[in-house]
Amino acid sequence: MIDLKVELPGLHLKNPIIPASGCFGFGKEYAELYDLSKLGGIAIKSATPKERVGNPTPRIAETPMGMLNAIGLQNKGVDLIIENELPFLAQYDVEIIANVAGASEEEYVEVIEKLNSEPVVKAYELNISCPNVKHGGIGLGTDPKLAAHVTRLAKAAAKKPVYVKLSPNVTDIVEIAKAVEEAGADGLVLINTLMGMRIDLKSGKPLLANKTGGLSGPAIKPVAIRMVYQVAQAVNIPIIGVGGITCAEDVLEFLLAGAQAVEIGAQNFVDPYVCVKIIEQLPAVLEQYGYHSIQEVVGRSFKDEQNNCCA
Amino acid sequence: MKVENAKIIENKQIAKDIYQMTLQTDLVVECVPGQFIEITVPGYYLRRPISICSIGQDTLTIIYKILGDGTRAMSEMESGESLNIFGPCGNGFPIVESDHLLLVGGGVGVPPLYELAKQNADKQITVVLGFNTKEDVFYEEQFKRLGVKVHIATMDGSYGTKGTVLDAIDKYQVTGLIMACGPLPMLRAINDRYEQGFLSLEARMACGIGACMGCVVEMADGSVKRVCKDGPVFAVRSVKL
Repeated sequence: MIDLKVELPGLHLKNPIIPASGCFGFGKEYAELYDLSKLGGIAIKSATPKERVGNPTPRIAETPMGMLNAIGLQNKGVDLIIENELPFLAQYDVEIIANVAGASEEEYVEVIEKLNSEPVVKAYELNISCPNVKHGGIGLGTDPKLAAHVTRLAKAAAKKPVYVKLSPNVTDIVEIAKAVEEAGADGLVLINTLMGMRIDLKSGKPLLANKTGGLSGPAIKPVAIRMVYQVAQAVNIPIIGVGGITCAEDVLEFLLAGAQAVEIGAQNFVDPYVCVKIIEQLPAVLEQYGYHSIQEVVGRSFKDEQNNCCA
Repeated sequence: MKVENAKIIENKQIAKDIYQMTLQTDLVVECVPGQFIEITVPGYYLRRPISICSIGQDTLTIIYKILGDGTRAMSEMESGESLNIFGPCGNGFPIVESDHLLLVGGGVGVPPLYELAKQNADKQITVVLGFNTKEDVFYEEQFKRLGVKVHIATMDGSYGTKGTVLDAIDKYQVTGLIMACGPLPMLRAINDRYEQGFLSLEARMACGIGACMGCVVEMADGSVKRVCKDGPVFAVRSVKL
């Protein structure tokens, strides 16, 4: 039996499968379906300093092999998340990654300072890539200097490892990744959603009330694979890959591209049991392709090439 | 709630663009009127939330309208094929003490009222159904067979009372605790007129279980609820429509 354990800064994952932030709430709904302790980790829904009501509806639109969402970081605010959500998650043997968002750099720091004293949170995921909010979010994640600056502030405030979730809506993701690494990030999560739009043929207007939304689902997987592949060769910090994963074979593809672990997002909506199914199927899929451990797979897509060119 | 490959027993057209599908499934034991199931149409990504029309011994009947490519593909599926479903989702209609019910449905909002009428056979029930035009009308006979009084309204007057469901309610002086499902303008009109009763809402959803916050509605008290998990049935006047 293949050992699926993955050790990352602050995270002792029993397997590399983590439901992605925003696609799993705070776990309560999925806990009605299966034991959350089966998961490697959970990236919980974004926390902001104060409650955010989010965007008007419709917030959801289907697309070919994917979906658009424009939720807008709706959450009750960090204080109520600490009070109402974290005690529930503490019952489970699963590593909690707190996704941190804000409308300004100061707000990221404020959320981190409040979560520092919560032992259930093992690491932070800095959301500098949400395409659905006007301030903060993607504005910080598309400029290397701003991304590095907020990372530096977060690292200075954080008493736990900081992973930075990068936006794919950039010309050169490697440049941003390097800037964030330089600023002290402990790891990277990529990718967030791609900004997209659908227009309703009857009304002639954008289908989402927010007009634009974030595209996720299998449609974005090749973009995510490409970006993980490029960034993994340019940085020395671990990468959690995310984007369009639906099955154990997709996980293998992300590991080959250079990810050490993965997050599963939209597919939870299509199959609420997908994370546990993938955990069950992953060992057999790794074996099928001749692998004996997760580590031997990570980055294999470019490591062989590098060896060849150096030989 | 669980995921299951249900067998299609029947899939037939019952009105213009309206189809009735009967599925053989073990989910029946968990279902109550007003709940919905989430359906994966082969080749389409997100599940489609469709309300339960009738709960049988080991079958669920759903009624859906062709609104796009996904529902068109669903209409072309044949008996014997299997369909992946997840559910039952949502709260469903509450059990009420009132012994006189007024069930009001508009278009594809009609189906959940059928099982509701079936399960309240001991009460006095009047059903008022609204459609755009005569060729859209469905389930008048099925309701009548339950022994309930049925009034139909069509917007163009081609069948039944000309106008909205409220016009038919006024014409026949229908009373009773209102339980309604239908398009937003209809629900708004009911919400304005009645102080008590229940409304079932429709929404674009992603997860269907309350995790993604895609289908939220603002409540009269300013709080936010999820149509898929906290609803789809809400008390009259509790939601900002």
